[in-house]
Amino acid sequence: MNLKLRIWRQSGADAKGGMVTYQVTDVSPDMSFLEMLDVLNEDLIGRGEEPVAFDSDCREGICGMCGLVINGVPHGPESATTTCQLYMRHFSDGDVVDIEPWRAKAFPVVKDLVVDRSSFDRIIQAGGYITAPTGAAPEAHSTPVPKPDADLAFDAATCIGCGACVAACPNASAMLFTAAKVTHLGLMPQGQPERESRALGMVQQMDEEGFGGCTNIGECASVCPKGIPLSLISRLNSDLLGSLSAASK
Amino acid sequence: MSLDYSVGDPIADTKAPAGPVEERWDKRRFGAKLVNPANRRKHTVIVVGTGLAGGSAGATLAEQGYHVIQFCFQDSPRRAHSIAAQGGINAAKNYRNDGDSIYRLFYDTVKGGDFRSRESNVYRLAQISVEIIDQCVAQGVPFAREYGGLLDTRSFGGVQVSRTFYARGQTGQQLLLGAYQALSRQIDAGNIEMHPRTEMLDLIVIDGKARGIVARDLVTGEISSYVADAVVLATGGYGNTFFLSTNAKGSNATAIWRAHKRGAHFANPCYTQIHPTCIPRSGDHQSKLTLMSESLRNDGRVWVPKQAGDTRPPDQIPEDERDYYLERIYPSFGNLVPRDIASRAAKNVCDEGRGVGPGGLGVYLDFADAIERMGRDKVEEKYGNLFEMYERITNEDPYQVPMRIYPAIHYTMGGLWVDYDLQSTIPGLFVIGEANFSDHGANRLGASALMQGLADGYFVLPATINDYLARGPFEAIGTDHDVVARTETEVHDRVEKLLSINGDRTVDSFHRELGELVWDNCGMARTEASLRKALARIPELREEFWTRVKVTGGEHELNQQLEKAGRVADFIELAELMCLDALHREESCGGHFREESQTPDGEAMRDDENFSYVAAWEFTGVGEPPVLHKEALEFEYVHPTQRSYA
Repeated sequence: MNLKLRIWRQSGADAKGGMVTYQVTDVSPDMSFLEMLDVLNEDLIGRGEEPVAFDSDCREGICGMCGLVINGVPHGPESATTTCQLYMRHFSDGDVVDIEPWRAKAFPVVKDLVVDRSSFDRIIQAGGYITAPTGAAPEAHSTPVPKPDADLAFDAATCIGCGACVAACPNASAMLFTAAKVTHLGLMPQGQPERESRALGMVQQMDEEGFGGCTNIGECASVCPKGIPLSLISRLNSDLLGSLSAASK
Repeated sequence: MSLDYSVGDPIADTKAPAGPVEERWDKRRFGAKLVNPANRRKHTVIVVGTGLAGGSAGATLAEQGYHVIQFCFQDSPRRAHSIAAQGGINAAKNYRNDGDSIYRLFYDTVKGGDFRSRESNVYRLAQISVEIIDQCVAQGVPFAREYGGLLDTRSFGGVQVSRTFYARGQTGQQLLLGAYQALSRQIDAGNIEMHPRTEMLDLIVIDGKARGIVARDLVTGEISSYVADAVVLATGGYGNTFFLSTNAKGSNATAIWRAHKRGAHFANPCYTQIHPTCIPRSGDHQSKLTLMSESLRNDGRVWVPKQAGDTRPPDQIPEDERDYYLERIYPSFGNLVPRDIASRAAKNVCDEGRGVGPGGLGVYLDFADAIERMGRDKVEEKYGNLFEMYERITNEDPYQVPMRIYPAIHYTMGGLWVDYDLQSTIPGLFVIGEANFSDHGANRLGASALMQGLADGYFVLPATINDYLARGPFEAIGTDHDVVARTETEVHDRVEKLLSINGDRTVDSFHRELGELVWDNCGMARTEASLRKALARIPELREEFWTRVKVTGGEHELNQQLEKAGRVADFIELAELMCLDALHREESCGGHFREESQTPDGEAMRDDENFSYVAAWEFTGVGEPPVLHKEALEFEYVHPTQRSYA
């Protein structure tokens, strides 16, 4: 199939960007979306033009490095799919495809489709862990974890930190990302001692980074490639309330 | 047969203590010097890489009080490719009461590695495996659990006990996030200076000791030097030499290769692991291959039609016209034979014309029996995410039609040579995880990479590096030191050279050609003729690369072509050593299969008399004959036999 691509080009963080149109021909339906961009880039280099910069690494939907807004939707039209796992069979000959980077104040553009997501790392650094220094661990079976809790914790822990939730949110809120980690650790018995300070620390950091607040729109959950549900945000709010009331005592 | 290398002094001492194997690690830890807690912050340690090995090492060293400077080329330490490991992590907990023990894990690993690993190291790995699970549970890793709340386990290839702990098909992700969170805590505490999107491009060696690295900031293009008292490489394997592999696109061998060029011996580069269960390639555009976890072989049955050229769809091939060849040839291990054996068996049936799917390069992995036995829900609970991933890529529903799988490069057992302390031949340079060669011999068993990465990072390195650091003092070195300046200049010159060639071939075109060359000639089966062919072509390819490559863009910006070009240049050099090592090792062992050396039934035939050693190669110059140093392997406990899984 042949496609017309309109891609956001921006030479650097402070440069002015804009949409540039490219034609790609002979796209195979078995190509992944990123392989289609690889082909475009090989073509551009052959013509002596700058290839399009975009992030990707594992290309199997787990590292969270890739992420493009495709026709206005983070990670494109398929549900529960990362950009690297989106295949061209979901497009048709003659389609016009718009490709843009994540857009959020807390994710500044580095170049073309590459953004800086280090704000997510700083949210985790602000409490998204259990303090368990190496060597201090008790025998693994000393604390049984009810299977439903372990399963739900796992579901929340599958977040890959790609940032699609932020890109989809009209407020560019990072609540779903933060809630996923708070839920994962808050469900484990090992995570209880730091539960309240964790929620508070992470939400404060989220605000400092310039992410917006949550107004329960739900776009985040609908684009999440790992299907993290919106309901986790209420768990985060409940932990946050707990920590605020504890603080006021 | 003459080969272009010379033989140097053998490696006499690996620093493993003598005595009973179960006491060696305790002995070493007690014998190691310690650094007073108050003095630790005066020592800086550089850690390159943030996967399971690097992440766990960085966090642990920082917890101990060292000042850590850590690097990764990805945008966040959480992206390292350990995250993609699916199946699980082995540990000799014996929670199943099924006859497991530290000794059995040790035995299985030495045997699985086809008697080409060190007994001392493997025993230590088995001992530590138990502590790893405790550590990860304490961090909140959400392992799969049973209804009673205790940890669930499953079986993996090459073993007959159930010792693999898992978190659905995303065990690597959950373990890595555990290490990443521990790392994050230390970054927040100011104990780790983290540099994401920064790539190590050279090692600084002063007075024979590793004292730092030169790295490029991938966003600004700035090249800077970082000095320390010790350097730890945790930069993974070199599977991407093959272009198509299950590794991440960015996974590369630059850090270990540059260290090799600065004096670190490279051990057993020909030991590459070809994983039997990957999704077959679909066309020339293919940019990487995707693994389907080995855990699927617990319940999936591998088969091909009995008749060559049978093109009927699988559901129209009756049961008695199917060949469940693994169950037939290896009745006691069946579908759970080790990876090297399963891969070669798949290649053999495809070579016989019995392969399935486009090009006949595939075999079926069928879940029909499992779905009937356990029900679809149970299969979905165990493997749901893998089935979804398969369907997304192939557009086929594995609940309805059998999966098609084919072997692909997945892991490299070879790597920088290290002693029992995980120290390379350059004092002060430690190498951990897949980047070293240490524990898997000629074939790694499933669910052992995660175990080794975390054993090295959480427990082994933090105990042994003390001994090195305690033997200081380390002369203070500024970034204006002449060796630092010289190394930095060399890195600069190389970057400028890559940008100035402005030829007519893209970086990827070279990488694809190299990959095809090594896959065809140094892949699942190797012969003297195929290896000589590769060794004749690689130097030409290297020459062409340095005269015809086209790297667009500039130095002082995010330049992904430039990043790739540097990595591919290193892969080309490494490929030559890999093929040379494969040519010199005229035996078959594990993942290294020389067609000239096989048993009458086509199994790998070792030659213990002549090749029971680690081949550690010393660099002498690009295109120059390297020097081979042999480390003899001794087996006091697990006596080498012809491996049998029948």
